[in-house]
This record gives sequence, C-alpha cells and structure tokens, in this order.
Amino acid sequence: MDMPPPRPERLAQKSELVARLGKVLGPSGVIHAEAELRAYECDALSAYRCPPMVAVLPARTEEVAAVLRICHQMGVPVVPRGAGTSLAGGALPTADCVILGVARMNAVLETDYANRVIRVQTGRTNLSVTGAVEADGFFYAPDPSSQLACAIAGNIAMNSGGAHCLKYGVTTNNLLGVTMVLMDGSVVEIGGAHMDAGGLDLLGVICGSEGQLGVVTEATLRILPKPEGARPVLMGFDSNEVAGACVSDIIKAGILPVAIEFMDRPCIRACEDFAHAGYPDCEALLIVEVEGSEAEIDDQLARIKAIAERHDPLELREARDADEAGRIWLGRKSAFGAMGQINDYMCLDGTIPVNELPLVLRRISEMSRDYGLEVANVFHAGDGNMHPLILYNANKPGDLELCERLGADILKLCVEVGGCLTGEHGVGIEKRDLMWDQYGAADLEAQMAVKDVFDPAWLLNPAKVFPLDASEGRRGQLAAE
Amino acid sequence: MRPETEAELAEMIAAAKGPLRIRGGGTREVGRPVEGAALETGGLSGISLYEPGALTMVAGAGTPLAEIEAALAAEGQRLAFEPGDWRGLLGTEGQSTIGGVVAANASGPRRVTIGACRDFMLGVRFVDGAGHVVKNGGRVMKNVTGYDLVKLMSGAWGTLGVLSEVSFKVLPQPEATGVLLCEGLSDAAAIAALSRALGSPWEVSGAAHLHRGVDGAPVTMIRVEGLENAVAYRCDRLQALLADVGTFTVERDPERTAAGWRHIRDVVPFQGRDGEVWRLSVTPSEAPGIVAQLEGVEAVYDWGGGLVWLLAPEGTDVRRVLRSGHATLFRASAVRRAAEPVFAPQPSPLAALEAGLRAKFDPRQILNPGLMG
Repeated sequence: MDMPPPRPERLAQKSELVARLGKVLGPSGVIHAEAELRAYECDALSAYRCPPMVAVLPARTEEVAAVLRICHQMGVPVVPRGAGTSLAGGALPTADCVILGVARMNAVLETDYANRVIRVQTGRTNLSVTGAVEADGFFYAPDPSSQLACAIAGNIAMNSGGAHCLKYGVTTNNLLGVTMVLMDGSVVEIGGAHMDAGGLDLLGVICGSEGQLGVVTEATLRILPKPEGARPVLMGFDSNEVAGACVSDIIKAGILPVAIEFMDRPCIRACEDFAHAGYPDCEALLIVEVEGSEAEIDDQLARIKAIAERHDPLELREARDADEAGRIWLGRKSAFGAMGQINDYMCLDGTIPVNELPLVLRRISEMSRDYGLEVANVFHAGDGNMHPLILYNANKPGDLELCERLGADILKLCVEVGGCLTGEHGVGIEKRDLMWDQYGAADLEAQMAVKDVFDPAWLLNPAKVFPLDASEGRRGQLAAE
Repeated sequence: MRPETEAELAEMIAAAKGPLRIRGGGTREVGRPVEGAALETGGLSGISLYEPGALTMVAGAGTPLAEIEAALAAEGQRLAFEPGDWRGLLGTEGQSTIGGVVAANASGPRRVTIGACRDFMLGVRFVDGAGHVVKNGGRVMKNVTGYDLVKLMSGAWGTLGVLSEVSFKVLPQPEATGVLLCEGLSDAAAIAALSRALGSPWEVSGAAHLHRGVDGAPVTMIRVEGLENAVAYRCDRLQALLADVGTFTVERDPERTAAGWRHIRDVVPFQGRDGEVWRLSVTPSEAPGIVAQLEGVEAVYDWGGGLVWLLAPEGTDVRRVLRSGHATLFRASAVRRAAEPVFAPQPSPLAALEAGLRAKFDPRQILNPGLMG
C-alpha cells in the first residue's frame, strides 16, 4: 500500500502554518509537537501509520472554515477525522497534511420530535445521538458496531451502515441536511427538516464521499420512534451453505426481520469465549431479530422458526428475556473485539447478492486453505454485507502481505458474483487500488469529476478512494501550479 | 431518436449536434419546456435480472413501469416507494418507464417512513452528455464503493446523463393493510395528529390530509401495513392514541385502502381542474401555516405534512411564504413554466456546485438543457 510521498515545499511551511492556525484556533486547538501528533497517526486500520504535519481541533463551523481557508491558500492537504474508527484507513494522514478532527464539535443543536429530526454537530458519537432522544422514545437508526465511539462526521463520510439497516437503511437514508465547509472555506447549507433537499441530490453524493468533497460540521438526522419491543432468535446449523439458504428463504417468504446476522465457527468460538452469550458449538449461527408488539413478535418468529425447521437446525432458541437478548447481541457486537484478542486480523466488508452466500462462503474457505490463513466470517446476511476477518500474525514477516493478497482475492470474488468491494466501511486506502476491479476508466472519471467540482485543487483527503494512478494527474496538477 | 441498445444511445448522444429532449414514457412532463430533438428510451427495455430472494431487480431504463410492477406482483413483491401515476394530474398520456420514475425521483406516500425512490436505487448505468457510458453502484443492498452517483442521477431529470439501466431494491407486499380515517379536522389539528401517529411505535406507512375528500369534507388518513394481526392491533392503538383528536374509523378492505392511497399518490383531487399545481417540500409542522397564508388554494398534504400539493390560482407566488424547504411549480402552462423557475432557485454556493456538475457531466449542455432551471 503506497501513499504519495510528502512534498518538501509543504513541510517547509510548517511553522508559518502553525502560526496562522494558532491565530484562529488558539494554542489548544493546534497540535504540532511530534509526540502529540502520534495520537493521529492512524485510525482503526492500524497496520498503516504516519503522523500528520499538524492536527487541529476546531470547535465551530466558522473555525473549520478558517482552517480550510488557510490550508487552501497554502496548498496544504487536509484529512478530516471523525473519531478515528475507520477500518479502511479513511483518516490515515500523510506527513505533509493537516488532520482536522471534529471531536470538539459534539453538541446537540436541536431536537424536534414533531418533525422527527435532530440537528447535531458532527463530532457527536453515533450512540450519543440516540442517547439524546431515547428517554423520549426515539432513536437514531444506523448502528455500526463502533457506535459507542464513532462520530456522525465519519458516519456521513463513509455512509455507515450497521446491523439493523435491513429495515432502517444506512446513513444516507437517514440524513436530511448538512452544513458543510468546502475546501476554499465557503459554507454551504443543504436540506433541513424537510424530506427532500431541492435541486440535484447533492446530499446523496456528499454522503459516502469519504471526506473528499467537504467537511460536514452539522447534520440534520431522522430519528425514529422506538419499537415496542424486539426479540432475537438464535439458530445453529451444521454448514454455512444451509444457513445461507435459510436466510434466502426467510427473505423470499415475505418476512422482513430488522436484522439477520451470520457467524461461522471460528467467530462463534471467539465470541463465546469473550461474551458468554450461550452460543451453540456449530458451523454457522444466525441471529434473526424482529420487532413490534409481543404478539407481533411471536407471530413473526413462529413463521421464521417454521422456515428454519425445514433446514434441520442444530439449535433454535428464542431469547427468553431482555437479559438473554442482550447477551445474544453482545456476542455479535463484540465479535471484532473478541477476534482481536486472539489474533491480528484484517476485516473486509465486500457485499454480495444474498443468493450467492453459499457459493461465496465455500470459495472463501477454499481460498483460506490455499493461503494457509484462517478466515472467520461474521456479517449482515440479510443484505449480503460480508465481514470476512482474515487472521494473521503481524510479527511474522510476510504475513500482512499474504493477508492483503487473500483479502484482495476475496473482494475480487465479491465483485465477480455481482457484488462490490465495500458495503459500509468505505474504500479509504484499503480498497483504493482495487477500484479498477469494480469500475472502468469512465466510471472513475465521472466520480473524480465530482471531486473536481467540490475541491478543484484536490486538497481534501486526496490520496484515498481512487487508485493513485487514476488520480495522479489531478493531484499532480497541484504541484505544477 | 430511439436507441435499441446502450451503445446506440452513446453513439447518438456523442453525435448530437444540438439539445436533446430526453423522453421515457412522456408521462412526467415537469420543468421548463425543453426545445430539442426527442431522444426516447423506450427501446432500452426489459427486465434483465430479478432475484426475489435477494429483493433485487435490474431493468432497462425504458422498461414500462407496468411491466415491472406485474413481474413483482407475481412474486408477492412491490416497489415500496410507490411511484405516482401523474398522467391524470399533468394531462399526459403514454406508459411510464422505470427510468422516468428514477429521473423524477418519483416517490409516493410511503416516502414518509420507508424512503424515497432514490433510497431504493442500488445502481445505474447512464450515458453522459459527452457520450461516455458510466456505471455506478451495483445490485447489492449496501454499497459504499466510491461516490454515490446513483443518488445524484435520481431526481436529476435526465440533465446529467441519460439512464440506460437501473437496479433497485424491492420489498415484499404486506399481508394486510389498515387505514384510519377521520373527517372534518382543521389542517393544524390534522398535521398534529399525523405527527403523533408518525411518532408512535405503530409503524405508520402513510400519513395524509386532504382539504376535500371524495364527499367534499376534509379527510385525514393514516395507513399501517404488515401481518394481519399486527395491523389490527396497531389500528386499535392508533385509534386510542388519537381519540382526543376525533373519531377515526378503520377501513380494512384491500381494494378500498389501495384506492384511497392511489388517490393521494396520484393527486387525484386536482386532476382535470383549472389552476396551477405546486409541490412543496417543507418541514411538516410548518405546512398548515404556509397554506393558511395563501388565498384561494386547496391542499393535499402527504408525508405527514412534509409534502404539500397545492392547487392555486394562476400566478400565485407560493415561494413568498416559505420559511424553509422549497416549492416546485409542478403543473402550469408552458408559457408560465418558461417564465417562472419551475424548480426553486438554489442559493449561490449550491447553484455554483450544481452548475459545476452540469458542466462536467454534460459539457455541451445538450441533455434536457434548462429543464431544472
């Protein structure tokens, strides 16, 4: 994985840059000592690290605008950072960049239950958005596994999903408006509490643009009334294929659970050791959750269990109470942490058509054997969003590279069967150079043209998303200026 | 021009010497009138993939909507965003196409809770104004691989590219539907009631209020859908919740409930009547106040008040009373649509971004030029 080398002319400007940023943010808002910059050297894709030249922590939209104006004038790239939980390297710095962290902007600006929206500063964490409204019976639906830590800014940048998006959609389906600062420091307002912003769907293209089009400082989010109740059912099967077929049958039957989660044996074991959820010892586990009143839940689960019975489950168990339901989910939600305790791992998130699940799982297990690296699978089966975790040993020379090659092969398989490289984590640096496998030159050109409009000098998070050879001319133009 | 393949479409656009008027079925004649050679997408027709178990369909942009809806119905599924049939409202004829639905981001009553057309779009193929074939997205439910041009193309009215193929998410048809009805509420009371219903856990999938129902009195409508028992239960709970507002009766007949929501979806009350039709997208709670400031108008509130269809005397300046949101001059004479911005003009920084995007995607400005203003 390559990053463009730092440009000496940028590094030479550091003291002037620090002085100018200090004038607008005060000394506490500008971090430039080498030791302190280490805190920003990576995100959750920690295999890659590089401390930035400077990090800034603005507290208001106007301060973000001032920072971007200065960086724009001085030709310094800016890498926006939410909470630094990106698994794709979306917030990985270069040595000649400014990291713009939104952590100080975490206020709730307005809650409006009549119109079912909340307006927040984007440094606020995902879970604390729900925290602000749950006492009144509402919640914010997108629920990435990192929701305790991850920021709304990063959710918008990556169009984050979560376990419950089968029913509630992902960030883009729950985002109604933004205040965004463009690289030249101008501030734009898009959308609001109304349900569709006017004109072209700029909101749609901003969401998921990985911090390359602007820095979103405030967001209007849809909040939803909490369902009366929810209950998961746990199903164990003796093969991945059977579990995959069961998922497809549930969906085909016209039942739409709020979540269908899938774990394979390596993952089940690790989660069980970690969370003691009472998972059965089997090849494949499904957690299917439904919502509604007690009677409605009973009705839906009865239908789901009838379908599951046809696939000879080894175990079929409804949560008896809230405590058990909580433990079932704790196991799933702590899957990444549990795996991390026993191994280094790389987490992929290719998405495939749901009906290809059995084939893809079989091919992954074959590849795993061929490469000699274990792969654990935990994923959102209802929407085909896979999360293969490739286990490797970071201390063993060559293991990371081997792991990356296996990862690339798995993602290419996802594309081959009609899927995509990333369902919810984003391209970042991790999948950047695989974009050629998904898209042709004209496809990438059309996307890069959008960035040309929002950020003509390609200063915002420039070395992400697009293969370096595809974006080179654009990033190169800057040097020629 | 009527290309039969995407390659032909690309050739025709690349070879075009002047403006093109992009036409799906010609049923959604909205926007500033476009002068130019007609380019029809009807030849790019056919469902190429339908996986009921994956809730996914892929179809040529020119595929008739009716063909898609029939294929889905055969598997007990549907387009959940319930695109409207605007022929009656706009006085147009022809067969609506799926590409036209996407280009218009045509979203019906269910938009208020489950999302708009654009929320169900998974992938597009299109030809830009220079004749390049571009694909974006795919056919899977979750996809953040690169920028989301699928959204950008949805609701762009063919001004950034001509759609050749779309893929989208479909949903199962519910087992049952229930509609709560109440007559005689004021706008303010009705929108407040809809807001309470939408803020309840009983999964409302439609929330509308009409100034004039079929028998002439104001009527407020709330829809729930799902399993038979759940619908019955939720109707009971909603009735209890709104008991202090008025008497809500429950309609459970499938034919009648479907017809009732088609009435809203297709804006039947304004069909064939004189006057201009505006489409307002506003903060729901502000809607009654906006309507109250306008003289001689009749309203159909959908999306709990977030969407307001207005029948207004010609020349009414609706935008004057908006505090937030925007208004589209949806139906008016061609003369008026040429003179008045049909789509709300954007503030300058956004207008510059839009102009920049148009310059990139359609450098010669030949795709429905000026349609969106």
